[in-house]
Amino acid sequence: MGPVDRLSFNAQLLKRHRVRALLLVLTIAIGVASVVMLTAVGEGARRYVVREFSALGSELLIILPGRIETSGGAPPLYGTTPRDLTLEDAQALSLLSGVVRVAPVLAGTARVSRGARARDVVIIGSTPALFPVRDLRLAQGRGLPAAAANRAQPVCVLGDTLARALFDGASPMYQWVRIGDRRFRVIGVLQTAGEHLGMDLRDMAVIPARSAEQLFDTQSLFRILVQLEGPAQQAAVEARVRALIRERHDGEDDVTLISQDALLATFDRILRMLTLILGAIAAISLVVAGVLIMNLSLISVAQRRAEIGLLKALGASARQVRRLFLDEALLLAALGAGAGLLLGEAAVAVALRLLPQFPFAAPLWADLAAVAVALLCGALFAWWPASQAARLDPVRALRGLA
Amino acid sequence: MIRLDAVEKRYQLGARPFTALQPTDLEVSAGEYLAITGPSGSGKSTLLNLIGLLDRPDAGQYCLDGQATENLQEEARAALRRRYIGFVFQAFHLVARLSAFENVELPLMLAGVPRRERRPRIEAVLARIGLSEVAEHRPGQLSGGQNQRVAIARAIVMNPRLLLADEPTGNLDQAAGAAVVELLEGLNRDGMTVLMVTHNPELAARCRRRIRLVDGCIVEDSPSWDRSTA
Ligand SMILES: Nc1ncnc2c1ncn2[C@@H]1O[C@H](COP(=O)(O)OP(=O)(O)OP(=O)(O)O)[C@@H](O)[C@H]1O
Ligand SMILES: [Mg+2]
Repeated sequence: MGPVDRLSFNAQLLKRHRVRALLLVLTIAIGVASVVMLTAVGEGARRYVVREFSALGSELLIILPGRIETSGGAPPLYGTTPRDLTLEDAQALSLLSGVVRVAPVLAGTARVSRGARARDVVIIGSTPALFPVRDLRLAQGRGLPAAAANRAQPVCVLGDTLARALFDGASPMYQWVRIGDRRFRVIGVLQTAGEHLGMDLRDMAVIPARSAEQLFDTQSLFRILVQLEGPAQQAAVEARVRALIRERHDGEDDVTLISQDALLATFDRILRMLTLILGAIAAISLVVAGVLIMNLSLISVAQRRAEIGLLKALGASARQVRRLFLDEALLLAALGAGAGLLLGEAAVAVALRLLPQFPFAAPLWADLAAVAVALLCGALFAWWPASQAARLDPVRALRGLA
Repeated sequence: MIRLDAVEKRYQLGARPFTALQPTDLEVSAGEYLAITGPSGSGKSTLLNLIGLLDRPDAGQYCLDGQATENLQEEARAALRRRYIGFVFQAFHLVARLSAFENVELPLMLAGVPRRERRPRIEAVLARIGLSEVAEHRPGQLSGGQNQRVAIARAIVMNPRLLLADEPTGNLDQAAGAAVVELLEGLNRDGMTVLMVTHNPELAARCRRRIRLVDGCIVEDSPSWDRSTA
């Protein structure tokens, strides 16, 4: 009995018990679809994070004030209060070899108003370098002028949400807005770029760093973004950066360096693991489907005892009978897996439409694993009933006896 | 062709053993047409099942075509059933969801006969048995006589050398029964060895050889005069 024969034989059987077969196919399909959908969420999260990080540029080093690494070294000598990072630090860093650009970031919140319209938003104080370093694109106008690198200037670049809120469709270009108690002229509007690591760039304003120092009355930087020449000498440049800061901070190692790649790799690892776990949880439903397969197979064997006896009397070997029943389960599992893949991918497609900024995508390995687990469950759970069928004594089975 | 030496079959009925077939000797040559008669429960089906390799004897030896069958593995016995033996059951035992054609196809399928060879073989057998018009009907749509003929078609489609028929006319009326018996006689004329269990003395009388079982013993065997008159 070849595979084609077994297939057509079992297809006829399933057609005969249509409802029962459909229900089982549905059960397996739900299991496979849930694996596809859950891993699509996990993988989507991973891609989302990777994309957000890559949007920052992969050769980025972030310097934070204060040492938050717990590398087990000796505690700092003079208490724990770190020195501030300053614009001067940033300027010194920009002279290091291997460093392409340095963008200091001063941050605070302030009220931005124009006439009666006002909005409390995050204000970023930085230099012209911020735009290339963070890959910010402009919808209108330009970024901060070169002259603003080290000087207060009453100019600002608005995020597009903020611009719309203040100007309501009218062109904001070269209009004056009030930020805190100062007036700034709008010289550019950012393109919609979505969120970047939790900071909503659409709803903020960028002003020169020196202006921000005055506005917030502080010299302390929120962080410094350093764009490196390339990944090749990253470790060396990092060491140089550390040495320079230590030198400028009276020999104290009081900053934290976060390298883009290291962070990315960590997130990547965590989210891959998460996806795997989600998939495994969903796969449990496939085991449940497997138990149902076993139940159906047992019923099938009991109902078809006379038929099994007949097949054996006609010369079917035990192996042939077992294959026949295993194939029945496998056929159901395969149909269920196929339906589940379609169902899952359709759900993913719908989710993509509803949430276009979140890159849902079931990884190929999850699709394959779901199908494999479904088939494996089918075979595994049908093995015992199929073996029972194979063991039946033809004479007794023909009489409908076990 | 068939040779039984003190073949015995016992069943465990509750605590006490029950001997369905006493130690029995029987020899059947190739090409014979043999009727097995006897009262109900006398062991006719038991004997046929043993000869058809559906069952194993508890004692004695059974040689089929000179080959001892005691030590054959299940796989080998199944292969013999497939290629060598056609079985017609008292209760038809057709698969209800399959058409007449598909029921007849089963042995070919089990024997691994390629698909394109099957159709002509099945069609030839159905034509011979006069069922060509109802080939696509299911057993539920056929009469008892037609179903029995489908069962016979299935038993002979592999062209077995040995045909075992357990009361092939038991469920049929006179005319249908006669048609079936004529069919079996025709097969026998073409060289098939036929063993038929029957309760009907008239049908038994048409066979060249008759054996009679009572309580698991062969009490009567009429080979000599049957053979000599044949
Ligand atoms: N599986 C079994 N378990 C116990 N006893 C059995 C079994 N099969 C048959 N028997 C017994 O063996 C005896 C012979 O049975 P068998 O089926 O061979 O009779 P038979 O001659 O074919 O009768 P009938 O003409 O009614 O078909 C019967 O008494 C029956 O009860
Ligand atoms: Mg009987």
